[in-house]
Amino acid sequence: MCTTISNTTPIAGVGKGPGGWFPLIQATVAYDHATHSVAEHALLLDFTNYDIGTEARVALEMDLASGKALLEQLRGAIEAAEASV
Amino acid sequence: MDTWNTFRTDGHVGITTEIIKYSGGGGDQVHAYVARPHTDGPVPGIVAVHHMPGWDEFYQEFSERLARHGYNVICPDLYCRFGHGLSDDVTAKVRAEGGVHDDSVVADCEAAAGWLNAQPNTNGKVGIIGSCSGGRHAVLAASRVPGFNAVVDLWGGGVVMSEDQLSPARPVAPIDLTSHLGAPLLGIFGNDDQHPTPEQVDIHEAELEKQSNVYEFHRYDGAGHGFFYYHTPMYRPVQAMDAWNKIFAFFAMNLAG
Repeated sequence: MCTTISNTTPIAGVGKGPGGWFPLIQATVAYDHATHSVAEHALLLDFTNYDIGTEARVALEMDLASGKALLEQLRGAIEAAEASV
Repeated sequence: MDTWNTFRTDGHVGITTEIIKYSGGGGDQVHAYVARPHTDGPVPGIVAVHHMPGWDEFYQEFSERLARHGYNVICPDLYCRFGHGLSDDVTAKVRAEGGVHDDSVVADCEAAAGWLNAQPNTNGKVGIIGSCSGGRHAVLAASRVPGFNAVVDLWGGGVVMSEDQLSPARPVAPIDLTSHLGAPLLGIFGNDDQHPTPEQVDIHEAELEKQSNVYEFHRYDGAGHGFFYYHTPMYRPVQAMDAWNKIFAFFAMNLAG
């Protein structure tokens, strides 16, 4: 890796890939070479289950501004959800 | 002089490509993309060290270009031990696990040089080239193990590393091994790059000067990271083709039999 920015956390959820829904057990958030974005580097979000295989992956690439906007919405939704229970 | 698109129309230019398994680091069977010119030789060899985005189609075509210019080329799948699948899926797994370990890469590159030297048409000279993390790995491998006669670093990020950038997978900054680098080094960089920054390139060059290494650095305006990558908007054709011709000249000078 060129940037070495990569963080991983366990998660509990499901994701949808070409073969349908599958359980997700890990998320990795990195900032490194984009694979398909139009930028040199991008936020790389991988939701995975390597117990199933390398293909068990939901991948997102976005720019930093999009990441900040997403983070804001995630925080807002989580705070609202926690306040509602 | 060997430059791109200067082959003779009546010359015999042809290559063979295939994916093989060779005995990599630790004797593990490692996949590698191999591209070889149709010739009894003798010809030099080149280890192509793929970039962080993985063992991908770009590196297959990269290897083919070098082979068409008269080199046996081997490009090991440095992520082979993480499993198989689509290249970007395997790369994501490597990323999640903190990256491939430097020791693993160096061992696979050393073994790849051995594979090249065992080919019947070898001239006994081996170069190593890589881009991005592969540029760093090329410098690292040539600094840690003997057997490389020329090194090309294409914008390798992380040659210069701060203490907090060292990690279990990357425990040593290659710049700290400069005194062990015995082979000539060609460095190609974009001045708009942030990985490495122009300042880090300057620091690397100062260390090469200090250690009296043989090197040449070329810095390109109007180019950032990955400016050879014609499948991305980072591609800068004028700068890239000028740099390719510098690579051909450098390898021709240092790997001739």
